Amino acid sequence: MRKRFGRISGIALATAAVLAVAACSSSDSDKTTETSAAGAPESITVYNAQHESLTKEWADAFTKETGIKVEMRQGSDTELGNQLVAEGDKSPADVFLTENSPAMTLVENAGLFTDVKADTIAQVPSEYRPSSGKWTGIAARSTVFAYNKDMLTEDQLPKSLLDLQNPEWKDRWAASPSGADFQAIVSALLELKGEDATKAWLAGMKDNVRTYKGNGTVMKAVNAGEIPGGVIYHYYWFGDQAKTGENSKNVTLHYFKNEDPGAFVSVSGGGVLKSSSKQDAAQQFLKFVTGKSGQEVLQNGTSFEYTVGSDVPANAKLVPLADLQAPKIDPAKLNSPQVTQLMTEAGLL
Amino acid sequence: MRSERAQARPTARRNRPSFLLAVTALLVVAVSFVPLGYVIAQSIDTGWDTASALLFRPRVLELLVNTVQLVVVTVPLCVIVGVVAAWLVERTRVFGAKIWAVLLAAPLAIPAFVNSYSWVTAIPSLGGLHGGVLIATLSYFPLVYIPVAATLRRLDPAVEESARALGLGPWAVFFRVVVPQLRLAISGGALLVSLHLLSEYGAFVFIRFDTFTTAIFEQYQSTFNGAAATMLAGVLVLFCLTLLVIESVVRGSARYARIGSGSARRMTPADLGWRYQPLALVFLAATIILSVGVPVASVLRWTVLGGRDVWKFDELASALGQTLGFGLAGAVVTCVLAFPIAWISIRHRGRFSRFLEGATYISSSLPGIVVALALVTVTIRYVHPLYQTVGVVIAAYCLLFLPRALVNLRVGLSQAPTGLEEAAQSLGISPLSAFFRVTLRLAAPATAAGGALVFLGIVNELTATLLLAPTGTRTLSMRFWSLSSEIDYAAAAPYALTMIVLSLPMTYLLFTQSKKVAGL
Repeated sequence: MRKRFGRISGIALATAAVLAVAACSSSDSDKTTETSAAGAPESITVYNAQHESLTKEWADAFTKETGIKVEMRQGSDTELGNQLVAEGDKSPADVFLTENSPAMTLVENAGLFTDVKADTIAQVPSEYRPSSGKWTGIAARSTVFAYNKDMLTEDQLPKSLLDLQNPEWKDRWAASPSGADFQAIVSALLELKGEDATKAWLAGMKDNVRTYKGNGTVMKAVNAGEIPGGVIYHYYWFGDQAKTGENSKNVTLHYFKNEDPGAFVSVSGGGVLKSSSKQDAAQQFLKFVTGKSGQEVLQNGTSFEYTVGSDVPANAKLVPLADLQAPKIDPAKLNSPQVTQLMTEAGLL
Repeated sequence: MRSERAQARPTARRNRPSFLLAVTALLVVAVSFVPLGYVIAQSIDTGWDTASALLFRPRVLELLVNTVQLVVVTVPLCVIVGVVAAWLVERTRVFGAKIWAVLLAAPLAIPAFVNSYSWVTAIPSLGGLHGGVLIATLSYFPLVYIPVAATLRRLDPAVEESARALGLGPWAVFFRVVVPQLRLAISGGALLVSLHLLSEYGAFVFIRFDTFTTAIFEQYQSTFNGAAATMLAGVLVLFCLTLLVIESVVRGSARYARIGSGSARRMTPADLGWRYQPLALVFLAATIILSVGVPVASVLRWTVLGGRDVWKFDELASALGQTLGFGLAGAVVTCVLAFPIAWISIRHRGRFSRFLEGATYISSSLPGIVVALALVTVTIRYVHPLYQTVGVVIAAYCLLFLPRALVNLRVGLSQAPTGLEEAAQSLGISPLSAFFRVTLRLAAPATAAGGALVFLGIVNELTATLLLAPTGTRTLSMRFWSLSSEIDYAAAAPYALTMIVLSLPMTYLLFTQSKKVAGL
């Protein structure tokens, strides 16, 4: 009996020691958030589906200006959008930022956003935000066909995004269908051409496309001559050109224009969660991002995404947004669950 | 084999384990069944119509073909490379055998996704099944090599000598006497390799090779937690369980390995002669260059290309700190939780202990993505206070890596017979201090090795960490993943380098400890 007691207490002690260690480590992290909360007025949690580096630039500038810290949870548009829906009113998030609109609509439809403050709305022209005012555009990006100039001549380029479903494009174009970017393009197609046309196009795509993970990887493959072209967003090319150019030196961008689905300009969104207990700080962040200093991060920073607010012009290297002849779509109408379902049915997910 | 029984008997007591011990062990097992339960419950929830529509579609067949091909090609390759390498360094006079022996374990210090990143930046067109097989073989062959080498070292040379005395040639001795004795090590290693293949995510994404795990992750990113992801997870789980069954059939019930330190006589190594010596050296050098040389060179190249700008020391330091924190806490908690199970399985052998072990093994064969998917949903719905906390991440690590600790703890405990503890007590030491001063001390090296193995697993873990970590967490692997996904390869390099450096001592410890684990 005594022996057994020894053993048990030994184990109990060891367990206690570990729990103590665990408790220490967790209280350590508590402490850091506490001190940060004590040292600065507040901290907000941003569910960030935008590129981590861009939001970090925003967050750092925002913290510098207001003293409010920004914690980021990184994920993809639809992942975080659906996560917010699953979390409901218990969500730890204060702000949600995306690369594209469909996930914003998803959260809006679940009734989780509060109204964006009027002075923030006033900073963004109406074509870059939904009519509902439940969220706002914070940046924009244009669809392009990135191609390898050694493998395709200008007259061989697709006139429309729809051409890519045709047999002559078999194994000759690439995309990243698992990404929210591409799914936003499909949602635009769905909105412009309807379900049947989209289904047919996805079926053709499944036959033709070579899939990669991420737009940057698609561009890298085009650059390396693995595949003649790919559907991506414009800024991957500009970003790489600004760095070493190693992944884009053989790549040229083709803009579809003519209000083609392939000329789709995707609006990145930002919204404040109704459940947030830090409404004021959260609204301040959104105002900052769409405000002059936030938009100047887009203009002068390394993201090369389009500005949408506060009359800040886009980075001078970009083709002006007005020249892209994008199709007109209310960003609030882009439907992500239906797109994921169609793409799953088509065997792309 | 006789000596094993003689040794095992007195320690294996018939009495039942204490109540507290049994309850703790049962609790651990109960939690470890959460992921499996989740997959089953969700599948039932989805309903047959939706489920069958999601299961019986071309995409699933595609993934099935890919995954089966990957396992069928890679596992034998790993076995061949692992066994040949182990035989060369343990049983022949190959030049530099001792150095090769250590180097061959080194690939374990390089996370498979770092390996893949290195290869794909060196050969951009690398992809598909070929790429998958290449990367996986180079990353995972040590999982066969280490146990086989350790077993070879402990084999009783007398058996082979008798065979030779009875007239068998060297090849016949190898295939008819040595290989059968390696069956346990090979089948165990092969099982580990195949489970790694099923759960690997990052490495296959880089080279555009779709498996169930990559597809589940894509579904997760597209829907957070849709029925399609759960159905894919269900298939993956069935796959894992099938492998467990296959392995237990292949392993058989016979025990081959000699246990105990009765005969430590070293085998006289074979002479390779001038003809095979260079061949062996080429094989070993090629293996090391491809599995360690390429990734290290590639990571260093990107580090140099990135120049000073890529060294963001504050971010690197915080990622390193978080990784160490997760790794240490995870290792300690896992070892402690493995303790009751190991204790019962050594000191109270019987049906109950077999059930416990089997249960933890089954649940930990589930890939990280499935465990994470389950824990996200369960915490969000039923235990919201735990949602997105460190505790859940640690719990996931425990579920994933419990057997790593268990295997080592069992060795450690079996080397500390109760007799010693009792003797200490009879000399007047209290039971508690007898436990600490005798048993725990004797088991300490094995426990440390188990902990190191868990730590190594956590440092290199990606999917569960991505899904479960509290907001604001940026471990080394998360930062590496984020940067390399934005094709900022240069900025990702310092994180890769840090992960490798951090894993090296653990790998070495694991290698040295493996000799003690062999045969149990």
